[in-house]
Amino acid sequence: MKKLKKNEFLYFALRNTKLQVGLGVVLLFLALTLAGPLLVRNDPLAYVNLAGAQPPSSRYWFGTTFFGQDVFAQFVVGLRATFVVGVIGGGLGTLIGLLVGFTAGYRGGIVDELLGMLTNIVLVIPTLAVLLIIAAYLQVRSLFTECIFIGLTAWPWVARAVRAQTFTLRTRDFVDLARMSGRKSLQIIFAEIAPNMMSYLVMAFILQFGGAILIAATLDFIGLGPTNTISLGLMMQYAVMWGALLLGMWWWFLPPGLGITAIVGGLYVMNVGLDEVFNPKLREM
Amino acid sequence: MEGNVRRYLGRKILIYGLTFFLAVTIDWLIPRFMPGDPIANMLARVSVNSNAAQVMHDYYSHVFGLDLPIWQQYLNFWGSLLQGDLGKSVYLFPKPVVRVIIDAVPYDILLLLPSILLSWYAGNHFGAFAARSRWLDNTVSPIGYILTATPYMWLGILLSWFFGIVLGKFPIAGAYSFDVRPTLSLSFIGNVLHHWFLPFASLFLVGFGGWAIGMRNMVIYELEADYSHYLEALGAPKKLVRKYAFQNGVLPQITGLALQLGVIVAGALVTEVVFSYPGIGSLLLNAIQNQDYFLIQGCFLFIIIGVLLANFAIDIAYCIVDPRTRRGMTGETA
Repeated sequence: MKKLKKNEFLYFALRNTKLQVGLGVVLLFLALTLAGPLLVRNDPLAYVNLAGAQPPSSRYWFGTTFFGQDVFAQFVVGLRATFVVGVIGGGLGTLIGLLVGFTAGYRGGIVDELLGMLTNIVLVIPTLAVLLIIAAYLQVRSLFTECIFIGLTAWPWVARAVRAQTFTLRTRDFVDLARMSGRKSLQIIFAEIAPNMMSYLVMAFILQFGGAILIAATLDFIGLGPTNTISLGLMMQYAVMWGALLLGMWWWFLPPGLGITAIVGGLYVMNVGLDEVFNPKLREM
Repeated sequence: MEGNVRRYLGRKILIYGLTFFLAVTIDWLIPRFMPGDPIANMLARVSVNSNAAQVMHDYYSHVFGLDLPIWQQYLNFWGSLLQGDLGKSVYLFPKPVVRVIIDAVPYDILLLLPSILLSWYAGNHFGAFAARSRWLDNTVSPIGYILTATPYMWLGILLSWFFGIVLGKFPIAGAYSFDVRPTLSLSFIGNVLHHWFLPFASLFLVGFGGWAIGMRNMVIYELEADYSHYLEALGAPKKLVRKYAFQNGVLPQITGLALQLGVIVAGALVTEVVFSYPGIGSLLLNAIQNQDYFLIQGCFLFIIIGVLLANFAIDIAYCIVDPRTRRGMTGETA
């Protein structure tokens, strides 16, 4: 039975164009990121081109910045930062949301009330404002701290969804049976409830992944990004700050935004495709 | 019936009250428990003569009240906050922070209110229209996904570059031209609208994409629900079924609006930075670049208060639209 079900998902996954297109775009950029060190010839922050800003050429594929930095090198290293933020920030957000949601939904009662209150509070607070005030007081910021802070503030969406799901699952017969047979709560959560919401978790992670990337870009752009590396958001900040618009240096500000849009858009489209794979009602016949 | 609404709103107000309390506490906590000396950092950035620096240092040490016991500092913080005192800005010294922010807020309202409401309205109607219509869906949905995945500042940069620089049709900085004086004349209003259009358009477009997709998915869910099939089986016209689907789909979109507010405000901040539009976003950038902590803290509180008030307004709207909240059946809870 289980095997057949897996095959059914696989059957629809292989025929879902949304899933394929989205996944394809994300994998393309991931490949570029991984192959990056082989393609990049310059340090992204080094002033390599003494002539200053130059449009794309065979030597500098994406041109050079106002200060003669290699835009392609910055782009590839920035892509890496983007994926790191997505995986760590989005992953942490999903994990915290998962724990809070499971606990609230499974325990119910006063625990649920308190966790629900906490979730609602973090949900209402504009998280960027909180990140902003924390980042503003940190003199040295690394990509890793940025990821942690994003993860710590992004979880309420997941918590809500997981709580609602756990709530409906925990009163099902098979969970009652497991409880009667004397298994521990943790075992029941991981063995009985979690597998039944795997699809939700995968989709929640994908959304958190994309969300974390956008939040990081916003923080970077407003001047609170990592101080020791380059990211796509920082590239856009520098481009705007040093007048790339007025000087018509399109090669400086087009690639970073295009990279973010493509990756996040790919993730979103992939998510809709997955939704159709998991939920038979949404499939277009 | 009245009691149910009161309980629903009462619960919300409790959440908002707690949120505000937490926000103020964060605002107080962070400067005091972060590594480093914020006052020294702050004053190192502004180049004033040593006399003035001493005055400013005394002023800020006094405001922080670092010699008092910690609980006293906390209570004092609340005290001055409730009197509308958020301290004085560093880089605009000695202008009070509240004054600086209140001068900027009208521009934010001018930008945010129309873009949020119009994109929500247009996105919902367009999304409902596109749902389950193969041809529209195949053209509109991809555009919607691209728009909603676009970082706000990048769309702003693109619009500003294309319409401002390449075509030269729109100004790319400021809220009005430097050579006009703010008066209530038609030409001045025209000038303001001319400057307002591009930042508005970029906020509108990103929002529009998101709402359209959300509504499209929602309507498809509703059209596949049992009641829709039942109505169809009874021979109800397609238009009627779609109308019910829309009405049911719009409720989660209202909740969604409340939940998205923080993201939209963040988007407005960076859009203002791109267009040098003199709202809180530009203020914040200046505050960060000058390490003007009081101004940063003030902006933080204003953003929180704004978002909480907007949330409350949406709650009231929800009560009016969804009869279940009035009849005591638990409707959608945000």
